[in-house]
Amino acid sequence: MLKIYNDGGRITAAVSGDIDHHAARELRESLDMIIAYSRPEVLILDLENVGFMDSSGIGLIVGRQKRMREQGGELLVKNARAEINEILKLSGLAAVVADARREPNHTAKNTF
Amino acid sequence: MKRELINECRLRFPAISRNEAFSRSAVAAFAVQQDPTVEEVAAIKTAVSEAVTNAIVHGYRDSEGDVDLFMKLFSDGTILIQVKDKGRGIPDIKAAMQPMFTTAPEDEERSGYGFTVMESFMDKVRVRSAVGRGTTVTLEKKLRGKASPKGT
Ligand SMILES: Nc1ncnc2c1ncn2[C@@H]1O[C@H](COP(=O)(O)OP(=O)(O)OP(=O)(O)O)[C@@H](O)[C@H]1O
Ligand SMILES: [Mg+2]
Repeated sequence: MLKIYNDGGRITAAVSGDIDHHAARELRESLDMIIAYSRPEVLILDLENVGFMDSSGIGLIVGRQKRMREQGGELLVKNARAEINEILKLSGLAAVVADARREPNHTAKNTF
Repeated sequence: MKRELINECRLRFPAISRNEAFSRSAVAAFAVQQDPTVEEVAAIKTAVSEAVTNAIVHGYRDSEGDVDLFMKLFSDGTILIQVKDKGRGIPDIKAAMQPMFTTAPEDEERSGYGFTVMESFMDKVRVRSAVGRGTTVTLEKKLRGKASPKGT
């Protein structure tokens, strides 16, 4: 499931549930809609409410990162739990986490 | 210490993606009797999810079939998990286990990091495979658990 917070140009997508092969397709479709129609400069995936992620999440993140870069934007990941960060590091995605540290947490009033 | 089998469990389920979550929860439930730490449970769940997803996505890529999941618990705290499919098999196991190696079809976004993740979260990962016959992935991890002091 996705909750979207829009700070004009910066969109935070708060994911909840597990990110595995079963869940990835739907998440991919929703995120690609946001990327294509809202065209954010920065798309931040907030993984605070993700209890589980495997390598399906790597494919999902790398795919969205590619799309964001194609339109001159950036993708970041924040609030991931320790073992998810470990997976991100293994796959060379440490930078998307590090850069997200300077991102403020979103406020609920920007929900749409 | 001599390692004796203290418990085991076998499961068979169809290779459909909803069983990814089921299989990793089942293994976590089996492991609980060893009083594992949160990190240990997360590691086992992740590795099992990788192996089961591979059986579904790659093993039974163009076919249907069952996945067998065997779990064993030993007296020294080791959990041994086997994930077995009777799918297409892996022609070159060494190549398949390299980071970023993937043969996934285009509509699947696979990164080729599944085996790398399994190896980083488990003590041992063994793969047996025969083309056209299937693949068995054996995962092993010693659970130190919450009870034992760190580093023992
Ligand atoms: N059970 C299996 N049956 C047949 N081929 C397999 C099986 N498991 C793995 N493979 C082969 O090994 C390759 C590497 O597997 P690995 O899990 O590392 O990456 P992936 O599944 O392609 O991508 P990811 O797991 O990162 O989404 C696969 O692309 C596939 O070619
Ligand atoms: Mg895989």
